[in-house]
Amino acid sequence: MTPLIAVRDLSKIYPTAKGERVQALSRISLDIAQGEFVSLVGPSGCGKTTVLRILAGLIADYTGNVSVSGKALHGPSREVGVVFQDANLMPWRTAMANVMLPAEVLGLNRKQARLRAQELLSMVGLEGFERKLPMELSGGMRQRVAIARALVHDPAVLLLDEPFGALDAMTRDTMNVELSRIAAASRKTVFLITHSIAEAVFLSDRVLVMSSRPGRIVEVIENPLPRPRGLDIIADPAFAATVLRIRRLLDAEGSTGAPSIAH
Amino acid sequence: MWHRARHIWALLWPPAGFMLLVLGAWEAGARWGGLDPMILPAPGEIIEQLRLGFQSGLYQTHLGVTLSQAMLGFVFAIIAGIGAGALIASSPVAERTLNPFLIAFEAMPKIAMAPLVIVWFGYGIWSKVVLAAVIAFFPVLISTLQGLRATEPGRLDVLLSLGASRAQVFRLVRLPSALPYIFSGINVAVVFVLLGSIVGEFVGARAGLGTLILAANENLETARTFSILAMLAVLGMVLHFGVGALRQRLLFWAEPVTRPPTS
Repeated sequence: MTPLIAVRDLSKIYPTAKGERVQALSRISLDIAQGEFVSLVGPSGCGKTTVLRILAGLIADYTGNVSVSGKALHGPSREVGVVFQDANLMPWRTAMANVMLPAEVLGLNRKQARLRAQELLSMVGLEGFERKLPMELSGGMRQRVAIARALVHDPAVLLLDEPFGALDAMTRDTMNVELSRIAAASRKTVFLITHSIAEAVFLSDRVLVMSSRPGRIVEVIENPLPRPRGLDIIADPAFAATVLRIRRLLDAEGSTGAPSIAH
Repeated sequence: MWHRARHIWALLWPPAGFMLLVLGAWEAGARWGGLDPMILPAPGEIIEQLRLGFQSGLYQTHLGVTLSQAMLGFVFAIIAGIGAGALIASSPVAERTLNPFLIAFEAMPKIAMAPLVIVWFGYGIWSKVVLAAVIAFFPVLISTLQGLRATEPGRLDVLLSLGASRAQVFRLVRLPSALPYIFSGINVAVVFVLLGSIVGEFVGARAGLGTLILAANENLETARTFSILAMLAVLGMVLHFGVGALRQRLLFWAEPVTRPPTS
């Protein structure tokens, strides 16, 4: 079976202001199967956001091959929905109108899209908030709207770039449980970028560990934890062992400095 | 309701009381203090002139002329300012090429063009419309450019990852994002169109409040001049609050921006 997302020898070089060239990504290869939840963890500045921006079609000049659903990717694809670090909602649009934005851009049937937007808003737990403006919603609720927006055109893949990074720790835990539920309910293939090892282990089927300068994938960890997972799974010895294993990998790469207990 | 009335009363009584106090002192000074009515006519006399002016229909006619000139100039300035801003902002080359000229033209007191504009467009209303529009055009243009430059990159990413066209990006993100800036320009423009209209009438016109002021001044009818000034003050305030109400309607989602000085 061909993987839904296939990346082969992906490299990306940025020119700096001084005219030097910085290699952000070095020969990255990865496969993500239909329905899989895969995370990419790595320290800040390792190039993981570059990987996401290439998959989102926001960076088109790279070397190597990237394909989604068997089609080479050189720009934005309808098969991809993106949730960014900030919700990036349009403040003048209600929650419903924000979710409808991709439908308008892509010229989808309004009536059908509206029904779907309604379903998605219910799925992310925002029933009754359809007519609220972003400024009337909490940070977690805004990110829920952003998730519904990313799914409204029914893409095959959901890309998430540290979607809960700006939220407080407790909201973040809640949102991770929610995301796990939403991913299962929507049967989407999910690719999550994060610097939180615990978050990656809690959510993923597989965790790709990335190191920096140049960004490359150093290890692929199969997650042994059973599904469905609740928050109490963090007390499971297998959870702690997996987190520790990834922590050690990152530390061995010398990219994280001193071992830390954060996440 | 009762609460609201009290609130309005609390806002209104200090300025209203102050006005009564000043007018009272002024009236007393004019009647018994030996103020020369040719220099500073009594408020009662000014109100009498207003009554006479409106009774004969003279003031309505000329007010209508000045107001139409100002409003036409306002509409043209907004359309041209936003349009030119959008065109210039869409091309970095155009922006670099035109920027020095914009700065030079902005620094020039456009009001000095009044005699020339009268030569070009004659004594009818259109010369005044053009002058008002030219003066009011620049604040709208400059604020539009500022607003379009300041689009949040995250909001753009949302649209770009959907493969939105340039026109869609403009309509769905850039223009609405720029509206708070544009409105600060419109706030200035609404004062400028009245200024342009009156100065144009001073230089050459057949009708309008500016011509009435000149005529009254020539005949040393100072009370009459004051009555027209009072009308202009009220008109300016009405226009200002009109823009404020429009802003409220369109920018319900934006935090209030501190208003720049209006002249």
